[in-house]
Amino acid sequence: MTISRRGFIGGVLGSAALTGTAGASTVEYFGGYPGRYGLLHDTTLCVGCRSCEVACKKVNELPPFEGNAIDDHSVFDNKRRTTDTALTVVNRYREADDQHPAVYRKLQCMHCEEPCCATVCPVHAFEKTPEGPVLYHAELCMGCRYCVMACPYYALAYEYENPLTPRVMRCTMCYPRIKEGLIPGCAEACPMGAITFGRRDELIKVARERIRKNPERYVDHIFGENEFGGTSWLILAGVPFKELDLHADVTHEPLPAIGTSYLSVVPLVITIYPGLLAAFYAFSKRKDHLAKQEIEAAVAETRAKADEEAEEKLAKAAEKAKKNQEKAVERAVKEAVAKAGAEQEKGGES
Amino acid sequence: MSESATSLPSSASGRGSLLSPFNVISAVILLGGAAILAVRFTRGLAATTNLSYNYPWGLWIGFDVMSGVALAAGGFVTSSAVYLFGMKEYKPIVRPAILTGFLGYFLVVLGLLADLGRPWRLPYPFIRSAGPTSPLFEVALCVALYLTVLFIESTPAALEWLGLRWWRKVVGSMTIVLTILGLILSTMHQSTLGAMYLVSVLRLHPLWYSAQIPVHFFISAVAAGLSMVIVEGMISHRAFHHQVQISEERFKRINIGLAKGAAVTLAVYFAVKVIGISLENEWHLLGTGWGMWYLVELIGFVLVPCILFSVAYREDNLLLARVAAILTVFGVVLNRFNVTFIAFNWQLPEGQRYVPRWTEIWVTVAFITFAVVAFRWIAQRMPIMYEHPDYKDMH
Repeated sequence: MTISRRGFIGGVLGSAALTGTAGASTVEYFGGYPGRYGLLHDTTLCVGCRSCEVACKKVNELPPFEGNAIDDHSVFDNKRRTTDTALTVVNRYREADDQHPAVYRKLQCMHCEEPCCATVCPVHAFEKTPEGPVLYHAELCMGCRYCVMACPYYALAYEYENPLTPRVMRCTMCYPRIKEGLIPGCAEACPMGAITFGRRDELIKVARERIRKNPERYVDHIFGENEFGGTSWLILAGVPFKELDLHADVTHEPLPAIGTSYLSVVPLVITIYPGLLAAFYAFSKRKDHLAKQEIEAAVAETRAKADEEAEEKLAKAAEKAKKNQEKAVERAVKEAVAKAGAEQEKGGES
Repeated sequence: MSESATSLPSSASGRGSLLSPFNVISAVILLGGAAILAVRFTRGLAATTNLSYNYPWGLWIGFDVMSGVALAAGGFVTSSAVYLFGMKEYKPIVRPAILTGFLGYFLVVLGLLADLGRPWRLPYPFIRSAGPTSPLFEVALCVALYLTVLFIESTPAALEWLGLRWWRKVVGSMTIVLTILGLILSTMHQSTLGAMYLVSVLRLHPLWYSAQIPVHFFISAVAAGLSMVIVEGMISHRAFHHQVQISEERFKRINIGLAKGAAVTLAVYFAVKVIGISLENEWHLLGTGWGMWYLVELIGFVLVPCILFSVAYREDNLLLARVAAILTVFGVVLNRFNVTFIAFNWQLPEGQRYVPRWTEIWVTVAFITFAVVAFRWIAQRMPIMYEHPDYKDMH
């Protein structure tokens, strides 16, 4: 999922190829970096002590809880979400009754295998590391918050209070600690062993084993193994995942592949439109041209017809005139002959 | 707004006193907006907006960007009709439509600058670190290019005003290329704005979410663009009636023609939406509360204006066409609001919903006011509503 930086011209031309890598037009399958890390959250072990929340704040140097707020169990009355100062929170999803303990779940960035935040970022400020964590580079961020909007787990927060240098705030999976060979703060702090850090493929085996050994304790599903292409955080539960506000029934197709499928149309628009539109323009011009030609032809025809008619008329008139003339001559000759005859007659009498 | 201008005989050019009601009200709105923006950049988005972690996008994105781009589509629709498809009878409306488009996109950028966490990094996608997998990257690129195209397309009026004949000729010779470029860029980013929501498969209500949402956005933008040209003409022809050269009858013919186009566009849009519900088999969702709200949008603001436009065309009724246009504009804005924040996060409890704060509304109104003031300032000086007598045969 790491995409090399490139100039924007190359970027535009490359967008088709890059969407291809998200699954549109290639048969090759990238199953993720080998040996990458993950975390297994076994909600059946979680008792809602919120030690992870405290540890997270400490590790990330965020403002700590005031006083003994950490012991205040009324926070569970409402469902909370992560904020810019609390990168992980624990919620209660079912209250305890006579037979069953309460059900809690820890919320934080899931560190997707194919992170949607990374795909939708217009400045490529997110990076899926080979170790597993998804990192955010605040030095590139322009603050459009598309990542916050796109996250299907509502896991990203933003520093709205910060007027000039606001950042997206989210769990880093303690990437700096992993680099130092330490384990994430929350996993280290959990007194119940509800959070296990390790290689993701190993964790999946551990989770399977737990379900196999205690089938009555667990729902037979590892959340995060395949949902939207999978996540680094894996979750086991004793109640239906829906009750934990998790959609375990979603497609295994990576969300970025769904979200950017349309982009493969873009190069087509760029390449097909100029020719198509030029053709439309030519059609409309041609129509005008043909209409003009038709009019010209009609005018010419009408004129020719008119000329012919006029000529005919003229010829007729000439003929008529000729006839009239002939008649006149005939008449004149006749008259003259008659006159001469009459004169002869007159002379003969005298 | 024209009364104050025409009642003063001393202003030969038709301009009013500086203290006309229009100017005073505009100034109050603009100064208020500036003050709110000052707070935004000193105390943060939290002090000026109701944005939350669940709703990172509110009114400034839902209206200024999502609706603004759709409503500014009149520029590419009319210029394509006239210059590419040879519908020359619509030429008198191209200039005001392109100016409206340019100001609309300018407003989009202003809205974005107010909303971005670090607006001075706006060029980062192009100069620092490109994210070409992002639909937003494509939108940013297209909007940047199209804003440039619209700027060049609207320069002829300014060049005629300044008397720069040679430059005017150069820009005129680029018309076809610019029009084709405008149509390409508009097709791309209008639809990609919809494509931005393809990732919201869980967060956007299934009635609004669709694999075809890019197509929905594009078609509805064409309808919005045509309707905005009618609405803009309704206002500007009243405000600048002393400048208008074409007869009332010809102006009516143009508007009835636009109504016909809008009727067809809305009919296509309605059909595509219904087919979408069919394809994704969501009929049962229409019976829910969200379904009712969806039907309000689809019937009240798509089907009804579609029918009104058709009747307006048949009966030759300009008033009806204008009513339909206003309904369509509201409908497209409602659709963008639904997608951006009303039907977004539909599964979250009631109390966590986003409702814009008055400061957000004020800033948006201030941006619109800015665009209106700019339109007025330009149209009072430059040949927008009429053809410059010296440049009659150029386009």
